[in-house]
Amino acid sequence: MSSKVGAIGDKDSVFGFKSIGLDVVFANTPEEIQKTIREMADDDYAVIFITEKAASLAESEIDKYRFKPSPAIIPIPGITGNTGEGMKNVSLSVEKAVGSDILKDK
Amino acid sequence: MAVMNINPTRMELNNLKKKLVTARRGHKLLKDKCDELMRQFMSLVKENKDLRRTVEQKLKEANQHMALAGSVMSDEELNTALMVPMQQMTVDVKEKNVMSVKIPKFDIKYRTSDESDIYPYGFAYTSGDLDIAVKDFSDILRDMMKLAEIEKSCQLMASEIESTRRRVNALEYTMIPQYEDTIRYITMKLDENERSSTTRLMKVKDMMLSEKHNYDDPSGFMQS
Repeated sequence: MSSKVGAIGDKDSVFGFKSIGLDVVFANTPEEIQKTIREMADDDYAVIFITEKAASLAESEIDKYRFKPSPAIIPIPGITGNTGEGMKNVSLSVEKAVGSDILKDK
Repeated sequence: MAVMNINPTRMELNNLKKKLVTARRGHKLLKDKCDELMRQFMSLVKENKDLRRTVEQKLKEANQHMALAGSVMSDEELNTALMVPMQQMTVDVKEKNVMSVKIPKFDIKYRTSDESDIYPYGFAYTSGDLDIAVKDFSDILRDMMKLAEIEKSCQLMASEIESTRRRVNALEYTMIPQYEDTIRYITMKLDENERSSTTRLMKVKDMMLSEKHNYDDPSGFMQS
């Protein structure tokens, strides 16, 4: 089964992905982001890369897909820098599995 | 002591004993599953953290070049340069079964056979930083897909571990003690019934003896 890969975020951050064959959607407001995520999830996207900034605006929508098999919504740092949102997600998984974040960096 | 609300009969006792055996077996299996999942999860999550760190670092560099390109070139130029992408990437999603958790495996496919075929524009009117940024992005992509794969696997395994642990605990601390207590209760009740029927028989025998032969119980046990 062949699926697509998408990227959501502000234009400066995700425009570069367009050249390497990802489906890029520019979204800035929470409504736009949530709508795009929903559309991509319905449209059989396997992976959605989303800038950390955009991800923080649409957390409730992303949480819906967190423990579903697809799509994989992966936060990446945008052009304005790393907010640690992505790492927080990993810690969240650890916390869920173990009960507390035992791999925390000092 | 948590005793279930059932009749203390021999049939129920047998049923309960069977259930207890099943529960113990299920508990052992689930516990093994949970341990193995946890072991795999820990190694996967470590890999996840390392990979995320490298990807974020590389993305930061690519983004710097992208920002530079954006500042050197006008918006229109940048738009035209990247408007029609050369590549169309799709992924083949395969499922891998790890301890009954279905984790995804992504297989990257490009439209053109040459995957380094990434520049959708001529080099004459674009900034060199754009070339570097595009090249960087295409280099990171494999790592990013790997990251997506691992991160999703971690999330799915985390939720599976949680639910498995719940079931293990429910069996260990609720179901099995309950079965044990109920079995003990029924056994005692049945023993009690047996004893009471024995004494009843002794009493009846005694009454019959004294009626027929005027036999007097020397110990006076049944006189009272």
